[in-house]
Amino acid sequence: MEMQVLLFIAAGLMIGLGAVGAAIGVGLLGGKFMEGVARQPELLPVLRTQMFIILGLVDAVPIIGVGVGLMVIFAPPI
Amino acid sequence: MAEDAGGYIKHHLTNLTFGQKADGTWGIAENAEQAAAMGFWAIHVDSMFWSLVLGVLFCLVFWAAARKATSGVPRGLQNGVEMIVDFIEDTTSSIFQHTNSLIAPMALTIFVWVFFLNLMDLVPVDWIPGLAKWMGIEFMKVVPSTDPNITLGMAFSVFALIIFFGIKQKGVGGFIGELLFHPFEAPKGGNPIVRILLKVAFAPINLVLETVTLIAKPVSLGLRLFGNLYAGEMIFILIALMYTSAVFFVPGGVLHWAWAVFHVLVITLQAFIFAVLTVVYLAQAHDVSDEH
Repeated sequence: MEMQVLLFIAAGLMIGLGAVGAAIGVGLLGGKFMEGVARQPELLPVLRTQMFIILGLVDAVPIIGVGVGLMVIFAPPI
Repeated sequence: MAEDAGGYIKHHLTNLTFGQKADGTWGIAENAEQAAAMGFWAIHVDSMFWSLVLGVLFCLVFWAAARKATSGVPRGLQNGVEMIVDFIEDTTSSIFQHTNSLIAPMALTIFVWVFFLNLMDLVPVDWIPGLAKWMGIEFMKVVPSTDPNITLGMAFSVFALIIFFGIKQKGVGGFIGELLFHPFEAPKGGNPIVRILLKVAFAPINLVLETVTLIAKPVSLGLRLFGNLYAGEMIFILIALMYTSAVFFVPGGVLHWAWAVFHVLVITLQAFIFAVLTVVYLAQAHDVSDEH
């Protein structure tokens, strides 16, 4: 039972802390994107593609954390 | 109820696994423990089946569209296919500046295939497993991209291409040189002996850094897709659990709809990112650096 509880805490930390970092990153990214578009609206299509690529890169680490965290909760390897 | 819910979720997350059982015979695992005990030489039959079916479906749809293509105003299927092809061509040609006839078709295949794999996520979670159960198949995990074997398999295929084109473009020496002499470079000019000494001194740390960068590409590529879809599928399963309660039936339906709508965005974005990052990585592999 002790192990089970530790696994839950580990999963919570994994998901939560990963989300904090990504949230800051995506917030900065979105803000800069808006600034860029406001400054030069004609660049919107180019910037949007680039933003989504970077969004995917930033997104990767927390979402891996979420995946592994859910796996730890529902299908623990031990 | 809690035990029930856990069992339901576990059942939905168990693959139909074929492999060698503990008693030495080969066959389908009857429960999750048996599947886990099969170790390395086991195959997830359901993931393979659905990936191949969807791959063939992709080929058939595009083939049918190409066969009936007209030069007039495109309609229906042809219009959709042309839109996808144009979109991928624009994206690829803006990222990939070298000459390689493999890249754009590969990006198209990856995009549409991964999209189809992800699309299985939008099929309500109980339909196909229920049908399979009715047909006598115990486990059925429908979304292949929630199986790390499939996503990492694709990612490592991309990795093989990165190394292949890297060596093809730069030669074995150039490829290894890129691993050894980046990102810390000896300053230009100056005493040639000092430069060589500096290069040798920087080589080990560069090798470690560049190896991590290289390995991180396929791992993050595969795990990103897996993580997104696994988390999404898990939420769908949790929402499906809400239907068992009379109180949560209606909110469950609303949530289900909302999450499905959000997921339409997620699966397209993930397919797009997988394809685009593949192109980006291969473009990097083609880039011959000016120094050395």
